[in-house]
Amino acid sequence: MENRIEVLKTYKIYIGGKFPRTESGRYYKPTNSNGEVLGNICLSSRKDFRNAVVAARKAQGDWAGRSAYNIGQIIYRIAENLEGAKAQFVTLLMQEEGVSSAKAKEQVNQAIDRLIYYAGWSDKFQQIFSGVNPVSSSHFNFSMLESTGVVACLSDSDSNFLALVSAISSVIVGGNTMVIMAGENTPLTAITFAEIINNSDVPGGVINILTGKLPELEEHFATHMDVNSILYLGSDKKVIESIKNKSAENLKRVRVWDNKSILSSEFESPYSIKEFLEVKTTWHPIEQIGGASSGY
Amino acid sequence: MHYYNYSIFDFLKSKELKEIPFNIKNTPTIDQLGLIERAAKFRTRSIKKEAKIQGLKLALNMIDLTTLEGKDTVGKVRQMCYKAMNPHEGMNLPTVAAVCVYPNMVAVAKETLRDSGVKIASVATAFPSGMSNLKVKLEDTKMAIDAGADEIDMVISRGKFHQGEYNYVYDEIASIKEACGKARLKVILETGELGTADQVRKASDIAIYAGADFIKTSTGKISPAATMPVTLLMLEAIRDYYLKTGKMIGMKPAGGISDSKTALHYLVMLQETLGKEWMSNQWFRFGASRLANDIILQLLKQEKGIYQSGDYISKD
Repeated sequence: MENRIEVLKTYKIYIGGKFPRTESGRYYKPTNSNGEVLGNICLSSRKDFRNAVVAARKAQGDWAGRSAYNIGQIIYRIAENLEGAKAQFVTLLMQEEGVSSAKAKEQVNQAIDRLIYYAGWSDKFQQIFSGVNPVSSSHFNFSMLESTGVVACLSDSDSNFLALVSAISSVIVGGNTMVIMAGENTPLTAITFAEIINNSDVPGGVINILTGKLPELEEHFATHMDVNSILYLGSDKKVIESIKNKSAENLKRVRVWDNKSILSSEFESPYSIKEFLEVKTTWHPIEQIGGASSGY
Repeated sequence: MHYYNYSIFDFLKSKELKEIPFNIKNTPTIDQLGLIERAAKFRTRSIKKEAKIQGLKLALNMIDLTTLEGKDTVGKVRQMCYKAMNPHEGMNLPTVAAVCVYPNMVAVAKETLRDSGVKIASVATAFPSGMSNLKVKLEDTKMAIDAGADEIDMVISRGKFHQGEYNYVYDEIASIKEACGKARLKVILETGELGTADQVRKASDIAIYAGADFIKTSTGKISPAATMPVTLLMLEAIRDYYLKTGKMIGMKPAGGISDSKTALHYLVMLQETLGKEWMSNQWFRFGASRLANDIILQLLKQEKGIYQSGDYISKD
């Protein structure tokens, strides 16, 4: 079988638990730092993005309503499957970033550890950040965290695999669903990671991954009324300003994580989860009988 | 692209009409694969910009806004009627065609809609199963008519149909039609329970010849409900009847049509099968509950240029 022709893989996008091609039929040829072409990659259009938001919105209620324990299990399962596919990701990273095998392996290991880290926090962050508030009336008053909803995530062209995995694990653990625009020059690991996700009991629509070019879709990410929060993985000042301006229409929560912060070990913190959660405070009347104080 | 202005009216001018007595044996058999392929073709039409806006407004104006649930309350029906009259604040939209409710909610709808022009359709005849006798079905119909329904949506007896008692089905429709008086009668075939395309065609012909003003695909309680192939098949039955008799019959696909794009494709199918004379809510309706909201979202998108969210429009 020496003359066997290798089968080349068609990289597609990931929407609602399925792997369609971009509806636009377009593609682009990203290159790595050595100038090598990575392949023909889907150049997603705004309609792909629209479809992805519909899928993410549909999945959000069910995902946020799952028990913390179940969410943790599923994220842990992603880590397990990534561990099993480590060799594949090392090869892809070497291709994509032109790094040594040792560097690539280190990055994959860190990605797996991030997943396990946030899987572990799934049933613990709520206790850390929630609490009963003292109020001077007969009310039981408590605050807790809720997911903000659909989080759209934009990546700079050189945003890497570890940043992607860190963003996904810390955002979905709080019950958010995501539409992600992978880095323009790092689509191989992103789409292959979508296959790992799809094999890990993550409900369709919770994570949606598009490939393409940020300048083309940035405006639609930021203006879409059904997107609740925006995460930008990058540091381009112009992009940041543009996202902030366009997000004002429906008061999206905007967060920017540059490579330095998201790749550092300090990113591993429950406060990263809190970034995409909203505090809900409830006032619950307490009946006062015969001057007895409440039990709370 | 001659067929975009195609009208079967023109064809009819050159033809001599005569009354043809109904005979089930004259019902043609259907090429199901051809039907599916033909229906799929309509989905390839691209409708943009101004034409899209016009199409969406027309589709909105053709909706029978529906709530047919055991949990329907007076409040829910009133709320839906307000939505029927004014789908979204500040947009200058047409009203929907009608609201569709159970007979005991007709009076509530009547009192809320008043002279808004929105019609009241009521299901009747032991909806949705139709498993009762003619006497009860007539009473049910009478109850809706007395309360002020403009239109009656009846179900056929699918059991009798499968038993081959076509005369029973025919006579039942004719009796209900008589009980309707001035109200228009829509006959629900419940195509999801009929099994084959041939059966649907048979039931369509029975309903049309027995006096239906509209034929309607489904109750919305059975899956599959309205699909494009089955709707096309029924449109063709309407066309054949029109070519024989010169009488127009209306069509109402119901159930499962929830997005704007699909609604536009139905309109394309209607235009290309029956022609422009059918392109109004006098002759075509969508039975739907969620479609109106999606149309509003798409129209808002056209107006503002950015993608919209369901969070900013009323749920019901």
